[in-house]
Amino acid sequence: MKIERLLPGLAGIVFLAIIPLLPVPPFWLTILNNIGLASLVTIGLVLLTGVGGLTSFGQAAFCGFGAYTTAVLSTNYGLSPWLTLPLSLIVGAATALPLGLITVRLSGHFLPLGTIAWGLALYYLFGKIDLLGRYDGISGIPPIEVAGYPFLSDGSIYYLIWFFVIAVAIGAKNLLDSRIGRGIRALRGGGQAAEAFGVNTVRAKLTVFVFAGIVAALSGWLYAHMQRSVNPTPFGLSMGIEYLLMAVVGGSGHVWGAIFGASIVLILKDLLQRFLPDLIGTAANFEMVVFGILLVVTLQLAHEGLWPFVLKLLPKRPARPLPTSDDKLAKRTLAPAGSSLIKVEKARKAFGGLVAVNDVSFEVRAGQVVGLIGPNGAGKSTTFNLITGLASLTSGSVFYEGQPMTGDSPREVAKHGIARTFQHAKILPDMSVLENVALGAHLRGSAGVFRSFLRLERRQEATLLAEAAFQVERVGLGAYRDRPAGDLALGQIRILEIARALSADPAVLLLDEPAAGLRHGEKQELANLLRKLREEGVSVLLVEHDMGFVMGLVDHLVVLDFGTLIAEGKPVDVRKHPAVVAAYLGGVA
Amino acid sequence: MIATFLIQDGVTNGAIYALLGLALVLLFSVTRVIFIPQGEFVAYGALTLALLDGGKVPATTSLLACFGAIAFLFDLWSMRRGTDVGTFLRSLALNLVLPGVIYGATIVLAPLELPSVAKALLTILIITPMGVYVYRIAYRPLADASVLVLLIASVGVHLAMMGLGLVFFGAEGLRAEPLADDNYTIGALMVSAQSLCIYGATIAIIIGLYMFFERTLLGKALRATAVNRLGARLVGVRTHLTGVTAFTLAAAIGAVSGVLIGPITTIYYDTGFLIGLKGFVAAIIGGLASFPITAIAAIGVGLVESFSSFFASSYKEVIVFGLIIPVLIWLSLSGGFHEEE
Repeated sequence: MKIERLLPGLAGIVFLAIIPLLPVPPFWLTILNNIGLASLVTIGLVLLTGVGGLTSFGQAAFCGFGAYTTAVLSTNYGLSPWLTLPLSLIVGAATALPLGLITVRLSGHFLPLGTIAWGLALYYLFGKIDLLGRYDGISGIPPIEVAGYPFLSDGSIYYLIWFFVIAVAIGAKNLLDSRIGRGIRALRGGGQAAEAFGVNTVRAKLTVFVFAGIVAALSGWLYAHMQRSVNPTPFGLSMGIEYLLMAVVGGSGHVWGAIFGASIVLILKDLLQRFLPDLIGTAANFEMVVFGILLVVTLQLAHEGLWPFVLKLLPKRPARPLPTSDDKLAKRTLAPAGSSLIKVEKARKAFGGLVAVNDVSFEVRAGQVVGLIGPNGAGKSTTFNLITGLASLTSGSVFYEGQPMTGDSPREVAKHGIARTFQHAKILPDMSVLENVALGAHLRGSAGVFRSFLRLERRQEATLLAEAAFQVERVGLGAYRDRPAGDLALGQIRILEIARALSADPAVLLLDEPAAGLRHGEKQELANLLRKLREEGVSVLLVEHDMGFVMGLVDHLVVLDFGTLIAEGKPVDVRKHPAVVAAYLGGVA
Repeated sequence: MIATFLIQDGVTNGAIYALLGLALVLLFSVTRVIFIPQGEFVAYGALTLALLDGGKVPATTSLLACFGAIAFLFDLWSMRRGTDVGTFLRSLALNLVLPGVIYGATIVLAPLELPSVAKALLTILIITPMGVYVYRIAYRPLADASVLVLLIASVGVHLAMMGLGLVFFGAEGLRAEPLADDNYTIGALMVSAQSLCIYGATIAIIIGLYMFFERTLLGKALRATAVNRLGARLVGVRTHLTGVTAFTLAAAIGAVSGVLIGPITTIYYDTGFLIGLKGFVAAIIGGLASFPITAIAAIGVGLVESFSSFFASSYKEVIVFGLIIPVLIWLSLSGGFHEEE
């Protein structure tokens, strides 16, 4: 890695390291320690809320699990804090996992509501249990020791706290910048595209949820040994809400924004608590009002939080060079030309009384380009969704290489080597073109959460990115490789979707209106690309309205009208078919 | 005997949770806002009534004037590129004149030792316009945001309103006088007039809402917005109008709940939040969509609460809020998997 890219980070670390050595007032260190502790929780929330599109007001409860675990074990049983650290983290994970299992399958808003409820319930519970010292809590917790040196003062535990903050932040950045991370970042787009390329979205949600629980427990563990005592107050709902405020203010999509947000909120809180009583003559919790307004105003005026404004002020980091890789990804062995790949048999889809697809049967053979055409509302896209598992069959069946795949989820369908594009393009506008395409190669990598967190999967990641870059180049989007995908024009987005499908190394490509929005020259290039793929043995099933494009390209045509198959065969024959002419031109009665 | 007492207690509280639950479902389905601050209207209502009982001018009137003034500023800001006189005057009347009139009326009426029903009505009059202003200030600028963003904003509004409650009412709890303090004996059951008022008001509001949604054009517009926002807009429903209506209804229901619950328990500035959340437990059981299930579930929440406060009083809150976990399990197993587009 280039030194220029590491420089800002190193400068930040050196700056943090010398603060306690400077003659700063002692309460600065207290605030910085609190910022560090809150940053840990907030980094988890950033991954959960800003990146994963889930949210939680109950993170403080996970801090509580971490803190109470170490408090009980180190006071009652005399365990060393370093022994209780893994146990605290395990308790955090073990509570997050079942809560996550229950809620991540539900639509977005039930999770946060659930977190409010358990945030309250757990707070009351902490205060009721004798083992946890009820509302008085537990005191006399031993300090953390390293080689006989106890971290007693604010100035010493500072280093420990910030070591963990920086380690977790870097780990979180690593995680997001990986195969697993792309799956997590794709959650915000609704997850349909991610599922279509084999990402297990439920598992991705669980991953971030458990991650957020573990880092909150880590924060709790540090808090217990810094404060040397615990009681239920800092683990209640209002703290949970404050953590979310930090994530929103900082910038809920940015890992470094978490630290920034925690700093803003805690410094503001300190200022309010010190100066407001003099100003308005009440010691009441007036910061609540300010925080509430701050939260609403941030959402109204700066959706992405304040960190993007800071990023604008900072000098731009040089773009990351594309990693090079000598490894080649394994390629799928394609079925011999002419053998049956996808076979649709009497497929039927009824939405209530409306039969969108009416007992349609057809076949896609290896090495064929098959066109699926028909007037608007003929059931073409629904047929696509039936094949790819996005919609369930009312009756009938779909086979892949002779094996039934009826009832398979989009993820299982993707594993067969069926890659698709969407009629209404589903890309992730905030991710770069390259990353969007790399999402398609998800199933060709294997690195998991831990390897990604520790950056041990660089070699495989480089191979995946190299493959994605190749596909980007191949479809002619090379000039836009590092731009956010949201910058592309509609036609280019369709091409991007094709590149994403290609990076899955498909046996069959399902393209839903790939030429819509393309200019004439671009259509020619697309047709050439598809012909070339056919030569390589890849099969294509495409829905298209542009007859010129279809007729010159496909080997076989299937025509639907009002959900029913009205004709199929070679393009020349289908063209003359009276039912087809009638469907398109109104026909002679 | 204890059981009948607990059941009565549970049903009484449950009726209030039902009102709040209905308001939450109404707001969510029309505006997609998960309205955490619903409970603050309850606290404001109860505290306002208690202060009126003492012959004082409640601080909520000044709060209302502040809210109105801020809402007016928001209107001015969005009118900065020019507007017509009618819009300006409407905004002036709604945001400045209305709270001013209410403020003046309260100053005149507060020391008059009004009958309790009049005080209750005055309370509702003071609280209800807050719904309009809260919508204008916090939610209207976010009208196109996702449910999640609206929910986070709700938490902000809740913090601000609860904090303002502390600033304006102080940390001490207040208890209002009952609307009527007779007691009736029906068989072995002793029923207070206040709980009869609660049952009556709950049933009246449920019927009122039903009539509103079934019989009036505005009610139908609200239903249309709930089913499909874009579609409703395309056929000419002004979604801002439905938003304002929904928030006004919610604030009014909150104020009524406050008036009803104020005399049976001591209300602090932060009590409303917990009461509102119990309405939420019911609304979640109803999937944030079904009015009848929400109402029935609310009675259930009230019963669970009264029984657990008798048999396991120290775990009361744990049990009530823990209720939500099995509910979520059930919702998630019954295939409530619907992605937001």
